[in-house]
Amino acid sequence: MLKTFRIGGIHPPENKLSGHKAIENIPLPAQAIVFLSQHIGVPAVPVVEKGDQVRVGTLLAKSGGFVSSNIHSPVSGKIFKIDSVADSSGYKRPAVLINVEGDVWEDTIDRTDTLKKECHFSSKEILEKIAVAGIVGMGGATFPTQVKLLPPPGTKAEVLIINGVECEPYLTSDHALMLEKGEEIMVGISILMKAVLVDRAIIGIENNKKDALELFEKLSRNYPGITVQSLKVQYPQGGEKQLIDALIRRQVPGGKLPVAVGAIVQNVATAYAVYEAVQKNKPLIERVVTITGKKLGKPCNVRARIGTPVGELIDYAGGMPDGTAKIILGGPMMGKALTGTEIPVGKGSSGVLLIPSPEAQRKEMRNCIRCAKCVSACPMGLIPSYLMSLMEFNELKLAAKNAITDCIECGSCSYICPANRPLLDYIRLGKGKVIKK
Amino acid sequence: MNLILLAVIFLGAIGAIGATVLYFVSQAFHVEEDPRIGRIQDILPAANCGGCGYPGCAGFAGACVKAEVLDELFCPVGGSETMNKVAGILGKTVREKIPMIAVVRCNGNCENRLRTNYYDGTSNCAISSSLYGGDTGCSYGCLGHGDCVDACSFDAIHINPETLLPEVDEGKCTSCGACVKACPKQLIQLRKKGIKSRRIYVGCMNKDKGVIARKSCNVACIACSKCQKVCPFEAITIEDNLASINDDRCRLCRKCVDECPTSAIVELNFPLKKEKPLIVEEDPISII
Repeated sequence: MLKTFRIGGIHPPENKLSGHKAIENIPLPAQAIVFLSQHIGVPAVPVVEKGDQVRVGTLLAKSGGFVSSNIHSPVSGKIFKIDSVADSSGYKRPAVLINVEGDVWEDTIDRTDTLKKECHFSSKEILEKIAVAGIVGMGGATFPTQVKLLPPPGTKAEVLIINGVECEPYLTSDHALMLEKGEEIMVGISILMKAVLVDRAIIGIENNKKDALELFEKLSRNYPGITVQSLKVQYPQGGEKQLIDALIRRQVPGGKLPVAVGAIVQNVATAYAVYEAVQKNKPLIERVVTITGKKLGKPCNVRARIGTPVGELIDYAGGMPDGTAKIILGGPMMGKALTGTEIPVGKGSSGVLLIPSPEAQRKEMRNCIRCAKCVSACPMGLIPSYLMSLMEFNELKLAAKNAITDCIECGSCSYICPANRPLLDYIRLGKGKVIKK
Repeated sequence: MNLILLAVIFLGAIGAIGATVLYFVSQAFHVEEDPRIGRIQDILPAANCGGCGYPGCAGFAGACVKAEVLDELFCPVGGSETMNKVAGILGKTVREKIPMIAVVRCNGNCENRLRTNYYDGTSNCAISSSLYGGDTGCSYGCLGHGDCVDACSFDAIHINPETLLPEVDEGKCTSCGACVKACPKQLIQLRKKGIKSRRIYVGCMNKDKGVIARKSCNVACIACSKCQKVCPFEAITIEDNLASINDDRCRLCRKCVDECPTSAIVELNFPLKKEKPLIVEEDPISII
């Protein structure tokens, strides 16, 4: 039977233009821009200097604290400079700029394609390897994986949940990766199970990816403990809390981590990165990115090195179409509009989406008609219309009481609102203010 | 007749009983309040802007009565005049406060600071700045959605439709500081009003390196430190690639204004430049 989460949800048009397309390797950029903060938490501290020669996989910056992550060079060449560069938000952030020369890899990295199934490392060693490789959650939240796999004292994980949902419209990078690297992902999952000491894992895949579902059902027969669950298509099923509800029917209490209900959630792309880190000694230096858009010449999935400017990806996919009004890094629901094409791909960039002019424009906001569509759509059971009014009058205490901090910023409320009210904008603002307080 | 009489007696009796009950209740629950609070409240501007840091004028009046010295308390709206009256009622003295005024430290109008992208989201500075750096190359400059205008209780700040930058109405600004708190880019500052309302300040908050700052805006401070060198009173400091003028030290000689290569330093309410020689003569360094 098809499962799905029980509260809220919406059904935006899927528009998976690049589905079923194989992953292509994109040419190396002339210059790679590697931000020191590609993860949630403390920015990494650079260990290289201007003028240094680096290889692919050389450590550029080491983790700057407990919630932080290592950053490795995605290319080989010379460090051009370490400077502040405008990131996807237009604010300047420290980054390492590398002029690319050739493609020389570190000797420790196993670059062969052979599948390495056996893993003899202990849980501690696996976590160590994951931390060293700088792996972060690749679904978009970019939370350092080694921290997520280490439940706070007093809690115990019972089940590992693997997120193969990819509920964002347009995006197909996880889908492509699942079709191409199924076996590797399965090994990655068994490594993750070993790391968090659980004997059960569930892979959740929405049933619009029938081929991936079939493949994983076939593969899972050889891996005891791992099951595959087909899910009804619904946004935001890829949200951690929604996926837990859909698969094991448990609700994570407000303000708590998923491990409070015994679950740890990891993305399929993260599982693949873990496989590469543990079995092949390969740090996180490249990822699969979907380049898509209704007017784009050749929507496709590419394997791009971290630090490749978005502009080069767009050129590869047929160039910027006329009338493009918005470039979005990520999916249309939760992605971020970019201010230029020089912004590089980061560890959490799952897609580049080009939206043509009429569709990109926001419609004029009208008064709330109290239809409560946002209330039905909210997957966290909040009252978005009320929270927005509270924030218009800066009522922080009341907003906190109404669990504004539980918002997962999925944007379902703004999407569904017939009066085009910017519900999420105000809720996000309030969430920030309440947390700060 | 009988009916009317009955009604009068009946209602009169209810009234009398009610009055008696209320009299005793008010006796029992009587709250002793300092009569000076009411008198101070009458003097205060009754704007309830919160500029003093207390919840409204009543809160401030209460605090004044409670305080032993009035030095820490100040009503920015009423100014020294009001504070002197308050002090008169309480029989205390106040320190003289220099009148302040809000200035907007951004001069990036449409000509000086070219657009690099268009924002069509919610017209609110706080939201827009939480999403991205702004629709020009400068991520420090004014976003122009008018959070400061909404915050002002005195109608003293408005967005100029030509420059799309906020402008402070000197006659109306009470230096309550509401706009300072509202600006997510921290562009608004309270500065000394100055003699004859003359002020000099750096109209820029860009902390990028000179080249980058200049690329995004024609009137950006590029931290060349020319103003710092020319200032005879050591009023200018440069920190994080940005010059700022200390208004306690600035003697309004206007040397920095002439020296600034990008015209990032703003002068307000000065007479035309022709009269300048007078000021230069008084300048100690030029005499040497």
